[in-house]
Amino acid sequence: MTMPMYVPPEQLIKDRADFARKGIARGRPIVLLEYADGVLLIGENPSGSLHKVSEIYDRIAFAGVGRFNEFETLRVAGIRYADLKGYSYGRADVTAKGLANAYAQTLGQIFTHELKPYEIDVMVAEVGDDAKSTRMYRIQFDGTLADVEGLGAMGGEEEQLTVALRERYTPGVSLTEAIALAISSIEATEDRPVDPTHWEAAVLDRTLGRRTFRRLEQAEIAAARA
Amino acid sequence: MTRRLEVPGGGGPLPLDPVVPDASFLSLLETRGLRPDWGFEEVPPGLEVPEATTVLALRFADGVVMAGDRRATAGNVIAHTRVKKVYAADDFSAVAISGSAGMAIELIKLFQTELEHYEKIEGTRLSLEGKSNFLARIVRGNLAMAFQGLVVVPLFCGYDEAEGAGKLFTFDVVGGRYEEQDYATTGSGGAEAKSFIKNTYREDMSEDEALRVGVEALVAAAEEDSATGGPDLRRGIFPNVVTVTAVGLTEIEDDRLAAVSSEVMEARP
Repeated sequence: MTMPMYVPPEQLIKDRADFARKGIARGRPIVLLEYADGVLLIGENPSGSLHKVSEIYDRIAFAGVGRFNEFETLRVAGIRYADLKGYSYGRADVTAKGLANAYAQTLGQIFTHELKPYEIDVMVAEVGDDAKSTRMYRIQFDGTLADVEGLGAMGGEEEQLTVALRERYTPGVSLTEAIALAISSIEATEDRPVDPTHWEAAVLDRTLGRRTFRRLEQAEIAAARA
Repeated sequence: MTRRLEVPGGGGPLPLDPVVPDASFLSLLETRGLRPDWGFEEVPPGLEVPEATTVLALRFADGVVMAGDRRATAGNVIAHTRVKKVYAADDFSAVAISGSAGMAIELIKLFQTELEHYEKIEGTRLSLEGKSNFLARIVRGNLAMAFQGLVVVPLFCGYDEAEGAGKLFTFDVVGGRYEEQDYATTGSGGAEAKSFIKNTYREDMSEDEALRVGVEALVAAAEEDSATGGPDLRRGIFPNVVTVTAVGLTEIEDDRLAAVSSEVMEARP
């Protein structure tokens, strides 16, 4: 009779985490950055239709790195969560905090219960009436939930990228400055120029009224780089 | 893999039904057992729920204008004087209600959520055709209530971005959907409003002209139908009016409506 080989739980968790981290590091980086009127979400994405950044609710946006099909599942689940909650209660009751918690629990469950952990990290941003009430959260593949202050990066060489961004970031920058900062920092840490038409960017702009999410046109991004 | 660890708005992991049932919010409500349901078999005798009345829509050069009066009645009683009957469905379409007000308002909320939900999940807006078909499905879903006398009949209009034209749709209680040519009305004062529009309608009117025709048709309806409320200049109650054109939906402001209303009232025979 053969016995299954004993694997210590520490090893099991570590193997899973390493596996997920490898997948995520292969992904191209995404940056979330607070600017004067809200939050900028920007990253390199060669596809014009498979989005990495999207609208969840009036004031909430989502960004994901890693496997597209996996963060897409979370994106759709998030929209359902938000619309159900807003329909049942009120629009103001849908918050990024609630959504981030739900994502954290979902990813945590998948990390320990499924055959394969999700190879994704996601960020959720909520724009408030002023900079003080703007919230950003990062949820990692294992369900780790963290607050993000001012700016955050995920995917690729994210630690280096965060340092590069922090060096030059000042709160209350304009949108064009924020775009230029994000693009130059990503190109510097990736150590290669990015095709100028391969940027995907969107904002949560508190001046837009009820639905604050807006995708930026390629022309706007190009103008900010110049 | 279907994961059903319950959540509607509460704690716990999200149910990750792998992109099921579809992009529809209504289907989602159904799978959670949350579809709006008034759940009585027979309307008790003497139940008087507020009814919303006259709404209309007409085409003009740039698109469509939609207007509704503000009165809701329950039997002989004027239940509300500032009811909103004309709503933005999304950025390029509007919906107006007549019939049982409470049910209609809930169904409009459902319709609005559906359109936005679809747009977010799919990344594109539904076509105007798609929106009107979906509205027909909601009305049909309410058929049992309609047989009990709680009727909801919407009016729907929008700007067809593909064709570059404004369009109007009317519905009947069984969910029949009819595309109308130039104008449409519904509600108790609808017949009166329609005959007024019929006499004054011209193709390619300007927005100002169409706005005036819409408001005057409501005034004409209010003169003949007790369930329709005309503009009340003293209390500042004016019709709800929106326009839908190539640039999107615009709610007409009260200041402008006040001016048009007093002009129309002065000119009435």
